[in-house]
Amino acid sequence: MEFKEKLLASHLALEERIDLADPVHQTRLESLKTFEQKGFPSRKEEAWKYTSLNPLIREDYALFPKSESTIQLKKVKKYFLYEIDTYKVVFIDGVYSPFLSDTTHDGLDVCLMSAALSKPKYSHLINTYFNKTTDVDDSLTALNTSYAHEGAYVYIPKNKVAEKPIEIIHFSSGDEKALWLQPRNLIVVDQNAQVQILERHQSLKEHNVVTNSVTEIYAHKDAFVDYYKIQNDLNSASLIDNTYISQESNSTARVHTFSLGGKLIRNNLNFYLKGTHCDTTLKGVTLLKDQQHVDHYTLVDHQFPNCESHQDYKGVFSDASKGVFNGKIHVDKKAQKTNAFQQNNNILIDDKSTVNTKPQLEIYADDVKCSHGCTVGQLDEDALFYMQSRGIPKKEAKALMTYAFANNVLESVELPILKKRINKLIANKLGVNLGFDL
Amino acid sequence: MLTIENLHAQVEGKQILNGIDLDVKAGEVHAIMGPNGSGKSTLSSVIAGHQDYEVNQGTMLLEGEDLADLSPEERAHQGIFLSFQYPIEIPGVSVTNFIKTAINATRKAKGLEDMPANVMLKKIREKSALLEIDSRFLSRSLNEGFSGGEKKRNEIFQMAMMEPKLSILDETDSGLDIDALKIVANGVNKLRSKNNAIIVITHYQRLLEYIVPDFVHVLFDGKIVKSGTKDLALELEEKGYDWIKEMA
Repeated sequence: MEFKEKLLASHLALEERIDLADPVHQTRLESLKTFEQKGFPSRKEEAWKYTSLNPLIREDYALFPKSESTIQLKKVKKYFLYEIDTYKVVFIDGVYSPFLSDTTHDGLDVCLMSAALSKPKYSHLINTYFNKTTDVDDSLTALNTSYAHEGAYVYIPKNKVAEKPIEIIHFSSGDEKALWLQPRNLIVVDQNAQVQILERHQSLKEHNVVTNSVTEIYAHKDAFVDYYKIQNDLNSASLIDNTYISQESNSTARVHTFSLGGKLIRNNLNFYLKGTHCDTTLKGVTLLKDQQHVDHYTLVDHQFPNCESHQDYKGVFSDASKGVFNGKIHVDKKAQKTNAFQQNNNILIDDKSTVNTKPQLEIYADDVKCSHGCTVGQLDEDALFYMQSRGIPKKEAKALMTYAFANNVLESVELPILKKRINKLIANKLGVNLGFDL
Repeated sequence: MLTIENLHAQVEGKQILNGIDLDVKAGEVHAIMGPNGSGKSTLSSVIAGHQDYEVNQGTMLLEGEDLADLSPEERAHQGIFLSFQYPIEIPGVSVTNFIKTAINATRKAKGLEDMPANVMLKKIREKSALLEIDSRFLSRSLNEGFSGGEKKRNEIFQMAMMEPKLSILDETDSGLDIDALKIVANGVNKLRSKNNAIIVITHYQRLLEYIVPDFVHVLFDGKIVKSGTKDLALELEEKGYDWIKEMA
């Protein structure tokens, strides 16, 4: 049986596990139909020209883990921002881990999607927000929706500032030989509320795991959302991340994506600017080696006037790694006075590495400032010689230049401890111990 | 300190240096002059170890040690410093972080610990004052958006920090106005000692009014065709290079 058929057939097994009276089940069934019609995307589609899911979907995966896994905290502590106090929503093989989590209902909700789906007091919010910002025609999103029942649920009420960052961490234990995960996160940040969120998918040992994740984020009027995606998984793990962000007027939303490891990563990152004076930032550092493959597919949809978006993705590719960047900016004809900027710069370290980069600007308003720039290059030999002539060994000189190249993406990271961690992570990946933090 | 014998070098298959002999002793300043295309910058790149240049004959010894198989960084560790004619811009690395990295890399190569932060800071203050560099300048990205004068002052600042045995100043006067030239020359003069040596590569005599050489060599067609004292520089200024070409 093909994996698609298995997904369709196994939906009955999901129905045995969940409450069919919950507010989203009809949506699940509709989405399953969409997925049935569309199937997995193929490279014939323009949006998937450079990334093939075929090698992934040829395999067979367990959809529900057979047994519940437990993990000792000391084994996974390093994946948390343990230096500071945080809220935590942690899953192991898709199943909530109360032991590793630190949720709250005290003035804000940091809890579980399954709880929000099953408790009547959340039904209004679920009805208002669930699957309301996604692209319902997107087959992978539809597939996720059809199986949606677990993930993180975050609600920050009006004027509330979440005083601790929230960590959403999905571990895969490796107890299943091959596992297909579909977490569903919903994050609602009400008027003038603020939150910082960190999301991570991490396998704990080499095994074949694919995560098809959907995250919906609602930033209401004057809200501030600061979101970090840490993608530093093992070479056996793949991730399809579908993130949809809806912004109302005067809201700020920032997403930083650090793609530092994994087999195949596809980031579908969509911003819909549904009010005036929105501030949008999407930045990424991609640092790959081996056969790793990362595809950033971004959309910034300017629907209202006077909004600003800044997009800056840097990529460094070693060995036979592959990078793809497709950045679409859409400016509606009523979105006058839009400022939209996009940068994608890449360095190829090895001859075998490749990058495909494509800006896509669709501008229907006439009074806008939009710019884009893509570069693909190699490290400047003259600069390397200059550094060597100052006594800096070539390997370190390369690392320093690569590091400096990624620097302005890290500059806007507002969690100092995270910035330091990423700094170190990048230095480690480059195989050097730099004498300072940039 | 530096002994060059019968040095031949080529770049991209083109022979540039055709048998250079040069003996630079500690405490000396040598000027190398010559018309454009005579091989001046090639000589500095070859001494510093640029990989594009291939030495196909002759030897270079620094304090008796053969430089042939040393990488550019190893030559720097041995005490060679090249002040670039066109310093490279490195966005994202501040002047301070760059010099810290350079100094500690060199110390590491010698088996020394990193320089303590307070010692480093004191040294940076002292040496930047010598070149009249203010502290804001030090936190800017290396050479990015620097004026010609700022770039050259920054080169000599790095020289002051690295304390090399042998410094090669490649066209340090190009792109400098007279005020900047005086600051740079003054800095260099303060760094002169009986233990180090300097090679000044220049097209014009102007710089040599401020950095007074012990010896002047004229390079033409990849060879030193005439050597003398500082008076030779004046003669060249007066007569130009044509008589040298004729002589060669």
